[in-house]
Amino acid sequence: MREPLIRVENIGKTFDAPGRLLRGNSAGGVRAVDGVSLAVDRAETVAVVGESGCGKSTLGRLILRLIEPSEGRVVFEGRDLAALSAREMREVRRQAQMVFQDPFGSLSPRRTVAQIVAEPLEVFGIVRGRRAMRDRVAEILTQVGLPAAAMDRFPRSFSGGQRQRIGIARAIAAGPSFVVADEPVSALDVSVQAQIVNLLQDLQAAHGFSYLFIAHDLAVVRHIADRVVVMYLGRVVEIGPKQQVYRAPHHPYTQALLSAVPQPDPDAPRQRIVLAGDVPSPSRIPSGCSFRTRCPLAQEVCARERPPLRAVKPGHAAACHFAEPSPLSAAPPSSSP
Amino acid sequence: MSSALEPAQDLAPEEPRFAALRRLFSRERPATLVASAVVLVFVVVALAAPWLAPHDPLAQSYLRINTYPSAEHWLGTDQFGRDVFSRLLYGARNSLIFGLVSPAIAAVVGTTLGVAAGYFGGVIDRTVSRLIDTLLAFPELLLAIMVSAVLGGGFWNVVMVIAVAFVPGFARVARSATLAVKQEPYIEAAVAVGLGTMKTIWRHVLPNISAPVVVLATLWVASAIRLEASLSFLGLGTQPPNPSWGNIIRDGLGNIFGSPWPIIGAGFAITVVVLAFNILGDAMRDLLDPEIQ
Amino acid sequence: MMPEPLLAVRDLVVDFGKPGAPLRAVDGVGFEVEAGGAVGLVGESGSGKSVTALSILRLIGAPGRIAGGEIRLQGEDLLALPAAQMPEIRGRDIAMIFQEPMSSLNPLMTIGDQVGEALLLHQDLDRAARRARVVELLGLVGIPDPASRLGAYPHQFSGGMRQRVMIAMALACHPKLLIADEPTTALDVTIQAQVLELMKRIRDTTGAAILLISHDLGVIAEMCERVVVLYAGRVVEDGEVRAIFHRAAHPYTRGLLQSIPRLDDDRHRLSQIPGSVPLPGRVKAGCPFLGRCGLRIARCAEQMPPLVEIADRHRAACWVTAGARG
Repeated sequence: MREPLIRVENIGKTFDAPGRLLRGNSAGGVRAVDGVSLAVDRAETVAVVGESGCGKSTLGRLILRLIEPSEGRVVFEGRDLAALSAREMREVRRQAQMVFQDPFGSLSPRRTVAQIVAEPLEVFGIVRGRRAMRDRVAEILTQVGLPAAAMDRFPRSFSGGQRQRIGIARAIAAGPSFVVADEPVSALDVSVQAQIVNLLQDLQAAHGFSYLFIAHDLAVVRHIADRVVVMYLGRVVEIGPKQQVYRAPHHPYTQALLSAVPQPDPDAPRQRIVLAGDVPSPSRIPSGCSFRTRCPLAQEVCARERPPLRAVKPGHAAACHFAEPSPLSAAPPSSSP
Repeated sequence: MSSALEPAQDLAPEEPRFAALRRLFSRERPATLVASAVVLVFVVVALAAPWLAPHDPLAQSYLRINTYPSAEHWLGTDQFGRDVFSRLLYGARNSLIFGLVSPAIAAVVGTTLGVAAGYFGGVIDRTVSRLIDTLLAFPELLLAIMVSAVLGGGFWNVVMVIAVAFVPGFARVARSATLAVKQEPYIEAAVAVGLGTMKTIWRHVLPNISAPVVVLATLWVASAIRLEASLSFLGLGTQPPNPSWGNIIRDGLGNIFGSPWPIIGAGFAITVVVLAFNILGDAMRDLLDPEIQ
Repeated sequence: MMPEPLLAVRDLVVDFGKPGAPLRAVDGVGFEVEAGGAVGLVGESGSGKSVTALSILRLIGAPGRIAGGEIRLQGEDLLALPAAQMPEIRGRDIAMIFQEPMSSLNPLMTIGDQVGEALLLHQDLDRAARRARVVELLGLVGIPDPASRLGAYPHQFSGGMRQRVMIAMALACHPKLLIADEPTTALDVTIQAQVLELMKRIRDTTGAAILLISHDLGVIAEMCERVVVLYAGRVVEDGEVRAIFHRAAHPYTRGLLQSIPRLDDDRHRLSQIPGSVPLPGRVKAGCPFLGRCGLRIARCAEQMPPLVEIADRHRAACWVTAGARG
């Protein structure tokens, strides 16, 4: 089999509970990401979806080594990141960049657009000399749809969508092969979201890099992703090609998530699965299947055994005891011991 | 269909340069305007004291001891017959130097400590924080008196004494500002881009914590002037015969019922200059927020 | 003769900034909400939708001020009332649900006390009756075991639960109109689904009218019967929900509908509206959508098109598509 661009193996992160004195009730800290494995091919877009607290943002940061994983490993182009020398890690940093959610917070207010976009070029010594740098920055700005005249302005004189373009310019400046996009459109106006989604796709077509696209908006993901990873409380509950996950979701959580999205059509059929209750705190993850407290199909076995990710089709897997056959097409099994 | 690759973005009109500075001195803030004028006069007087002063501030004259204000001696003379007005002008020089140098030293040292504590956390933070707490437990003046009692009252000693008294304040402000800035996504963005730690601090942390530090420095110029006057008044600051606003008051105290003018003059100078720096500091606090500019 | 609407907003103008150089956030907005009806105000940032909502309760703080228009609640102009009478209207006749369920609740007051506060202000109940009503309200919004949660503080509740508490507070005095300003924007999808179901149920059981402010066309399509589309402080289109979603006339509404990704369709490329939402005060004469519009003609730059009826109870403000004549 061909080696993917990035392979994540069984990665996990436990954050220490803050305040040692108050630790009594959650001794193990917060389990943000738990045993996640996935791979991203060249020029592929893998979307990670889930609700707040599901660990999707932490996962993106673990892969980029912005957060040190508690266990597991990240293999980039066949090389384990943990085993790299500082110099090799720098090269990986150049290759793996990030676009952030908050277009206001992610640009330093006291630096000009040129300084922001030039930073990676400078750090990795890609462009030298003031003249050459300005030419290169102008070129990159044009690529993200901003006039070169934007260069000497500060972030405050731009709209949210324009700021996000600046953030994208910074991410692509060093010529990465992998970009983590953490909710890149969720803070933007509806009419501007489409511009940024299209821009991200155009840039991918032009440069051939891969995206790890982190989002909570399933409709946006449907547009941009090749494959989808659904997370719940730090674990992958379903993973598969986009078409299959959207047409035939196998995990009850994926089904509920898809049915919960309000459709911009007053005549859309609404067969909504409304989940009861809230997502449990990541410091108190339920035993067995972490979704069982809200699952309409939950049985005894779910509290006892943690369901492994099982293939339901080639390349499509779900972590549910009842994932085969599809739980909506068949009655929940009553033969549990 | 327009492509996302086509620059279809119109930009907001650019703010005029130095807009913040203009706003600082706009007519809507008369107090700031007056305070700035006072500070300007103070600086000019301090720099030009040798040309402005009608008499040598050190020249004694036993023929004119403790005289009342007159056309020749605007604020009268002191117990050694020195011209109080000239001493006041030279005293401004003294206050300016103390007022600028001590907070500057304190700002550099305190900010370095505070940023290190806030950015790195852990042992560094705990050590710096305990040091700050210990120093803050002493009132500034008491700390200054203790140190100068040990070291004596020379010029550099007084500068260092005041600087040491101000370090914990700067460190505390810089630490809390750094803790806040460190949470900003642009810091994570800098790390994600591949920037090293020192460069991240230099480029992204320092500029963004500069506002509270500059404001504090401005406010503490006032405190430094006040503290120097207090120390000199107690005989621990600027040593006679060199003039300082503090020791002018001290010298005038003996003859307060004969001629109150040295005390009134120096007291007035301290009050006005300290007030002016405080007003200026407040105005800068309002205007230094980059998002408001 | 049409029956008097519950709420009628006419020609509302709200200015921010200095009197000499006002920034117009809302410019001649008008719409009606019938008793028991559900109207959606749709718009992006800077459209003036939240300012409009706050204006109805006269909650616009300095430097904003209502510079013109009328807001009639059952025929009575709220803008003509003395300011001292507004607190009686707020909470009793019109209640509001805010976007941010965390900061809209007082962290130092128990849930029971906060829900009871509106009752204390507007209704003459003794302690026991008030407590019983609070328990009833919390039960109504789906808080499990409400009697035992009265002494809880907001931080002990999740975001979805806090939004339920906000709704219970709003319902305390049987308001005739509920204004919900982005009530589910801060919530996760599955929690949003719970809150939307709750709001539908509340509307069915209490008969309160709902004015729903949202940028999410999915939420609007699901919850509302009528839709008012705002752009840069002006109404550009209004009509029945089906007319807006199936036969939109204004280029902005059309563009917005085409630019949102859909769950049931993955055409590879989204159509997009170029440019960004104009900042308030930068709108000159002419149509505010001018700079982003693919259909513009010379007239659009000269004159703001009026809102004209293009079908039964369906109006749009566009020289080109709505055939506005002026």
